[in-house]
Amino acid sequence: MESTLETPCTLPYRGTVGMACLIVAESAIFIIFVVAYIFYIGKSLSGPTPAQVLELPILGTVCLLSSSITVHFAVSTLRKNHLSSCTLWLAGTVLLGTIFLITTAREWYHLIHDKGLTIQTNLFGTTYYSLVGLHATHVVVGLMMLSLVLGFSVFGLVNEEHSEKLETLSLYWHFVDAVWVVVFTVVYVLGR
Amino acid sequence: MSTTHAVEGINETPATEQRLPPLNVVYEWLTTVDHKKIGLMYIAYALFFLVIAGGEAILMRIQLSMPNNHFVSPQVFNQLFTMHGTTMVFFVGMPILFGFGNYLVPLMIGARDMAFPRLNAFSFWISAFAGFLLYFSYVGASGLYAAGSAPDVGWFAYAPLTARVFSPGHSTDYWTLAVFLSGVGSIGTALNIVTTIICMRCKGMKMSRMPLLVWLYLVMANLVFVTVSPLTAAQIMLTLDRYLGAHFFDTQAGGSAVLWMHFFWIFGHPEVYVLVLPAFAFVNEIVPVFSRKAIFGYPAMVAASVGIGFISLSVWAHHMFTVGMGAAANTFFVFATMVISVPTGIKIFNWLATIWGGHVIFATPMMFCVAFLFQFLIAGLTGIMLSAAPFDWQLGNSYFVVAHFHYVLVGAILTALFGAFYYWYPKITGKMLSEALGKWHFWLFIIGFHLTFDFMHIPGLLGMPRRIYTYEAGRGWDTLNFIVGVGSILQAAGVLIFVFNMVRSYYKGKEAGHDPWDAWTLEWATTSPPPAYNFAVLPTVKSRRPLWDLKHPEDPDSDYE
Repeated sequence: MESTLETPCTLPYRGTVGMACLIVAESAIFIIFVVAYIFYIGKSLSGPTPAQVLELPILGTVCLLSSSITVHFAVSTLRKNHLSSCTLWLAGTVLLGTIFLITTAREWYHLIHDKGLTIQTNLFGTTYYSLVGLHATHVVVGLMMLSLVLGFSVFGLVNEEHSEKLETLSLYWHFVDAVWVVVFTVVYVLGR
Repeated sequence: MSTTHAVEGINETPATEQRLPPLNVVYEWLTTVDHKKIGLMYIAYALFFLVIAGGEAILMRIQLSMPNNHFVSPQVFNQLFTMHGTTMVFFVGMPILFGFGNYLVPLMIGARDMAFPRLNAFSFWISAFAGFLLYFSYVGASGLYAAGSAPDVGWFAYAPLTARVFSPGHSTDYWTLAVFLSGVGSIGTALNIVTTIICMRCKGMKMSRMPLLVWLYLVMANLVFVTVSPLTAAQIMLTLDRYLGAHFFDTQAGGSAVLWMHFFWIFGHPEVYVLVLPAFAFVNEIVPVFSRKAIFGYPAMVAASVGIGFISLSVWAHHMFTVGMGAAANTFFVFATMVISVPTGIKIFNWLATIWGGHVIFATPMMFCVAFLFQFLIAGLTGIMLSAAPFDWQLGNSYFVVAHFHYVLVGAILTALFGAFYYWYPKITGKMLSEALGKWHFWLFIIGFHLTFDFMHIPGLLGMPRRIYTYEAGRGWDTLNFIVGVGSILQAAGVLIFVFNMVRSYYKGKEAGHDPWDAWTLEWATTSPPPAYNFAVLPTVKSRRPLWDLKHPEDPDSDYE
């Protein structure tokens, strides 16, 4: 009878599963904000409208999407125990993410200061700032965690055995990127 | 019931405990990351709020027991039904079910703790904080009339009533924040449950061998991600509306009040299934043990549970037939709602087939399960009535609806929960609950339940709307409301006996041993109460009923599965 006992299959890493669950929950939150955005397209009672004030954030988008590639290389180099290149890739990721945040901040400054669009102005302002702001909040959280890992890595505290944990973090970062693709499409392409 | 017999492979030496000074005990509970202690704190906290929210219900029933009554003021009445609903859903239902899940899931899959013990503690404390925040509004919030007051916008807080213009002061903010924080806690715990079930199973515990309770918690936790998150998002929007002047639900600026209804019920209806799936889970464990048979149709039960999970996501707008969504949307939601009764029907038939031909033992847990079967069936039947849009147009927002969903929440969920308490109390404390007091509890509660909620349907049919403060005499509602009120007192008496039974049995109850019910799942394979590490040796499982295999090595289940 003992022989029929199957060999225990290796169970998945709990960090990956936990992060997948978090991503599902976060996706549901974003879906509600995206639905609200789409529902209110063209329903504002007053201006300014998206077509009048929004410009395509090309630089920020390129930076954020590239940072998905750099964080991927950070994980794969760590897995091969190339610690210094992992640090470099992490630094690149943090840099690209920061550039994205700066472009968002400049865009908001332009909208608020030059165009007079705030969250109170109309439905476009309400849905735009809350959706883009929710995404930017997630970028900030991701950047804080990535900077923490970068700090550890600079001081030589990260090594190969942490690769699963870094991969978990990279999953979050990929998710933030994927959300941006949706936000970009909805806000800057469909909504304009 | 057969007495506990020693089974090879179970270490029955109780963990040696040294008595700690009281302050250290408090410190230990406050800082614990043990899934059993956190589970018990969830349950204790939920029972505390059950008594409070139950008290609110009694006050409302006293107010409504006679026409033209002025037992409480209309303002207080509005606060009572808001706080009763919010408390029962977010601070009784969710935590008590998470508490049982926390306690039982790791034990049943042969693990030593949850996947993320510290996240577990965080989720509990954030939910607990949310409950106290909600009640702090009674002293902390300035409401419509400046003095301290509680939220009074109803538990689904329809826009635009929640706008700053119509709900000045901070009482609505307390509601929003409390629900938001409880949502954060729920998502954290759900994440933990899913990860635990997927990553922490013991050797041989394949998905197809997990106890049905574990399967149902898996479905329920996944459902939490896609239902509680939208509510959390909607609360963020409401807070932006109230504090930053956004216009999500501001109809004057083109915002939509109906959008809030959609967002709320996208949470609100699957939430019913989040609450009822654990109740199904308890019945799945109790019915086979007290029928002395393996569960009938295990794969069908799993499939039906997963099916309920999916279908429940497409039924939310049956709460909104009276809004005027148009024929196409109405038709879709009528059919989706009716379809969900198919997997639930499968479950009922499987439970009946499990009992059928079994050597049924009517101990208190089984009695509650039988009551559950009967009452859940009736709740489902009135549900099918209400799912027909024209019927709902007639009776929407009436006491018929209130009676229907209380039949689900009290008649099914709370009844199954009582069964679960009688079933697992011996495992948790090492003492049996008194059967005599249990039967008193059962009969008082069940008679009270039927007086209250059977008779509550009729004023609804006679046109009594929900949430009214009082009513004129001579509409044919008087006697019925009085009977409803009497029933609520009987239920309260039953619950008090239950609380007394739990306290008394803790000190004077019969010793339970590790397996008082001669059951088959892994939580009975360790001492009662289980040691902090759960299992001295992690178990290895060869079938769905590992303890059957241990007790009957000559005829193990693994030969048949």
